[in-house]
Amino acid sequence: MPLDFYLNATLSGALTGLVYGLMALGLSVIFGVVRVVNFAHGEMMTAAMYVAILLASAFGLDPLVAMFPVGALLFVAGYLLQRTLINPFIVRPEHTQFMLMVAVAIILVNAQLLIFGPNARNVQVEYALDSYALGDIIIDKVRVYAALAALAVAGALFAFFRFTLTGKAIRACADNHLGAQVVGLNVKQLYAITFGIGSACVGAAGCMLLLLVDVTPVQGPGYTLLAFIIVIVGGMGSLTGALVSGLLIGVTEALGGLLILPSAKSMATFAILILVLLFRPEGLLGRRA
Amino acid sequence: MRSLLEGIPRRSLAALAVAGVALLAAPAIADAYVLSVLILCLYFAYVGQAWNIMMGFAGQLSLGHSLYVGVGAYVSALLFVKFGVNPWIGALAAIAVCTALGLAIGVLAFRFGIAGVYFAILTIAFAEFTRIGFDHWQWAGASGGLFLPVEYRETSDVLTLRGSPAMFYYVMLAFTVGALALCRLLLASRLGYYWRAIREDAAAAEALGINAFGCKMAAVALSAALTALGGVFFAFYYNNLFPEQIFSIGRSIEIILGPIIGGIGTLIGPIVGAFLLTPLADSLSELMAWLGIDTPGVKHVFYGACLLVVVVFLPHGVWPPIARLLGLDGERTRRG
Repeated sequence: MPLDFYLNATLSGALTGLVYGLMALGLSVIFGVVRVVNFAHGEMMTAAMYVAILLASAFGLDPLVAMFPVGALLFVAGYLLQRTLINPFIVRPEHTQFMLMVAVAIILVNAQLLIFGPNARNVQVEYALDSYALGDIIIDKVRVYAALAALAVAGALFAFFRFTLTGKAIRACADNHLGAQVVGLNVKQLYAITFGIGSACVGAAGCMLLLLVDVTPVQGPGYTLLAFIIVIVGGMGSLTGALVSGLLIGVTEALGGLLILPSAKSMATFAILILVLLFRPEGLLGRRA
Repeated sequence: MRSLLEGIPRRSLAALAVAGVALLAAPAIADAYVLSVLILCLYFAYVGQAWNIMMGFAGQLSLGHSLYVGVGAYVSALLFVKFGVNPWIGALAAIAVCTALGLAIGVLAFRFGIAGVYFAILTIAFAEFTRIGFDHWQWAGASGGLFLPVEYRETSDVLTLRGSPAMFYYVMLAFTVGALALCRLLLASRLGYYWRAIREDAAAAEALGINAFGCKMAAVALSAALTALGGVFFAFYYNNLFPEQIFSIGRSIEIILGPIIGGIGTLIGPIVGAFLLTPLADSLSELMAWLGIDTPGVKHVFYGACLLVVVVFLPHGVWPPIARLLGLDGERTRRG
């Protein structure tokens, strides 16, 4: 195979990977602060994708525009979920948190199956088949748009955590839970906001991903696992780590699909996870706990 | 025998005896459908018990137990189909392979201090990795599945694991009782106390001189070996194996639902959980059929909701409160 074949795959994998990165960022924010494992992450993203499809068919909204209302909706959903259901579980053992989120995930997957049916759906945008050419390398326009949107949202998130008071307060909760309570932060409220932000992230990522892939109700668990792998490879709690690792996993998937078999592409991803867990368990950019 | 029954309150012994007689007599009364549900209950009780050794006793959360079921099933089925090896000899091979797999994962994880969520994800990753591997392994049938020859016969032959559902029922019942007895002995043993010490506080346990690494390895190996036997049963009972199904994350979750709903770390919990959840799922299907609803998803939404209610309101599972109610909580292993 000629070299530009690989370059093509690498580049498009990297662009998809940035969207994966944003999806994982949502998970990382939630785990890093609330310390709850959101095993319904991929299912929440699938729900967001279906909302975006509805918006597209009802109002002709481009998914990249729909990501604002969808993100807002997911924020509210995540906020309420944390406030009502998850909050009592924060002090309970890990496996009960896990079971709670599994129950939520089972309900989400099957409610989607019930409402939207088992068939794959997608959104057709006008620029779906357009592409840019850089010499021999051809890149899909949708992929570039999606990746740029992912970078923009991630940038906004970094700015939020760095410069706003609420962002700083959330980081304080993550660093020292007891300390945050002592200085009078409303930890419960901040946790709920954090869960909302993580959900909004994954909602926005879902809208971007809608430009690249079809949606089926049963895809949720696969994306949950993918998000987890990206977060672990990047380093729990490291926001840049999630993006970098998303990029890495995106490229790995693309090259794995090319070199091995498209259906076996995730084997390469699992191999990376196992290697990282063995040789750098804190993740590529994580700090050792 | 004496140490097995020692310390169990008389009331509990009586309850156990009643349950035992009921289970022994069940095939004589039950029709084919009820029997198939009962077999499934016993199967989940058994693998749930096996999983409970790792999570309930030693505190290591495995979300990839479908790996051991799948590999156990495939090893014994492949030996039988390709080389005509007797299922019970195949079972020994399956147990050996799965124990080795469990030990390999254990070495990788525990040597490098991988615990909690990380360990759970590692177990999922191994199961998924294996699933994709089997999906592409042509000799083992790949994604098209592996089928065992089914021959109709009147007689049941336990030695070759071919026969009527009632035979499979008694085989699974024997496995379940065996696993229960083994777990009871384990809990009362030195190793059992070490496990619980590690589960509650690994650092403190090590400070007391407990070889945490070795104990955790023992838990993984035992759990994997027992689960492999469940896989062998699965292969010869259903006679067909698909990587997509047997290795799926969904299967791993099904395995752990029983013990978690029943009561993690308890001896009876995994059994109670399996006997609650399996008929629940099945009667929901029946109810949906009766109501004329055949939309996919309805049943599982309800199933998920039931799960949610139990997890929210009974964090220690349903068995501990039931046991207290019946005055059977002589069990000293309850968690929390």
